[in-house]
Amino acid sequence: MSLIKKVGVVGSGTMGSGIAIVAARAGFETCVYDTNSKNLENLSKQSKDFFEKSVARGKMKQEDLEASLNRLSTSSSMADLADCDIVIEAIFEDLQVKHDLFSKLNAICKPQTLFASNTSTISITEIAGGSGRDDRFVGMHFCLPAQLMKLVEMSPGLNTSAESFSTAWQFCIDLGQSPVKTQDTPGFILNYFLIPFNNNAIRMVESGIAAPEDIDKAIKTALGYAMGPMQLLDLVGMDTQRLLCNAMQNLTNEPDAACPPLVRRMISAGHLGKKAGRGFFTYKDSKMFGA
Amino acid sequence: MLNVQIIDTGKSRSFPNLAEFNLSSDAKADILLIIGQEVHQAFKAVSNQNAYQLILLELGEECLGIHTGESLGNEGSHVLGFARYKMGDDPATKLIELVKQPKSKDQSLETAKSFFESLELVVAVCADTPGRIVDRLIRPYLNSVLRRLDDGLATAEDMDKTLKLGLGYPEGPLAMLQRSGLEHHAQVTESLYQALGNPGFFPARRALVAKKMKSN
Repeated sequence: MSLIKKVGVVGSGTMGSGIAIVAARAGFETCVYDTNSKNLENLSKQSKDFFEKSVARGKMKQEDLEASLNRLSTSSSMADLADCDIVIEAIFEDLQVKHDLFSKLNAICKPQTLFASNTSTISITEIAGGSGRDDRFVGMHFCLPAQLMKLVEMSPGLNTSAESFSTAWQFCIDLGQSPVKTQDTPGFILNYFLIPFNNNAIRMVESGIAAPEDIDKAIKTALGYAMGPMQLLDLVGMDTQRLLCNAMQNLTNEPDAACPPLVRRMISAGHLGKKAGRGFFTYKDSKMFGA
Repeated sequence: MLNVQIIDTGKSRSFPNLAEFNLSSDAKADILLIIGQEVHQAFKAVSNQNAYQLILLELGEECLGIHTGESLGNEGSHVLGFARYKMGDDPATKLIELVKQPKSKDQSLETAKSFFESLELVVAVCADTPGRIVDRLIRPYLNSVLRRLDDGLATAEDMDKTLKLGLGYPEGPLAMLQRSGLEHHAQVTESLYQALGNPGFFPARRALVAKKMKSN
């Protein structure tokens, strides 16, 4: 039985929205905090769309849809997270910004509140070091799109207590997710391999070896992957890919983790990916994956 | 429907069993398909190359330029390369990597695509580069997975589980390598390392061990 009753999510981007859907769907009262009220409005709409699609596909009952929506709230006031049992941070990959956020949360949340970061590249121990409660801090890296993917990479920091990790682990199971314990190393397992893989796919486009649609077609057909790297990158977003690359390369110095110049050009041109309607492919809408 | 003339030089990786495609060779053909291990000699022996609308050469790990020659980026004609993707001991997949050169004719590409698609194969077009699309992308990744296994990042099972669940892969990379033959990976990635010089292609220790064990 989970000790967690109320979940806070910080950030209403692609990952924060997906995590909020997972938590509300699993029966947890969930509050999403973001300073951008437009993003919060968008989250409410996209969550409703996603749940409605789930009902239409027979994956959710109508009454569960309504209950899930009732459990999901949004707020542009951090004070609304004060009574949460766990707060999951899903903001962009910047250590200083995360430190600032957690130190503010530490001042308002109850002492037993667990802090979790959805970081995919930055060390959990480093983030926890600026949180004021590094013994109650865990890494919970959900996978994109979080509302559909079951995996959560769970990482303890060097000072994370066994009890905190155990509570977070049980919470993850109660969310209906599949946790895997990873070391607190750059990129954990998934992004350590995925970032260079995706960068190499971008470099193939950049050097004219193949068009994005041919790369995706080849990888999907040869290996049976559900999604090709270019489609996945459009979902991740070029701005996020650049942040991931910068964080990863600063930590590992691996050349394949360096952000390809094409990503920078695409960001400058506004070709951010699905959310902008254009990335490596063009999109008619920016609906959430699965909605 | 385009007529095809087939020159089968034996031991084709792409078409080990031509009968499965119901392909019959026609001497008065629009397309000349040369497959097998001796493609180069067979291609050079074709005296009337311009009589065909399209010539398709089956490639192994080599570039198309090995057969056609190159001319500082001006190479390309109605001769295209192709390879049906196959991972080690696994059966050939439905993927055809169709290799073009800078000046390849658009009409030839369209004809080649139509031909392979009529065989219910999936065509991905790429430039004439070592590793084409799939091997160029996955071999460094597979080497990296093998190296991190040696580093103790996680168990083989947890690494495979993470990549399967996190990315929706049907199979983890380590299980795939184990099943399809780690020694084949060593051979492919060694060849790519020689061709490209990128350290990511340098075979991982476990792959070299598997290759050595196989040759003993």
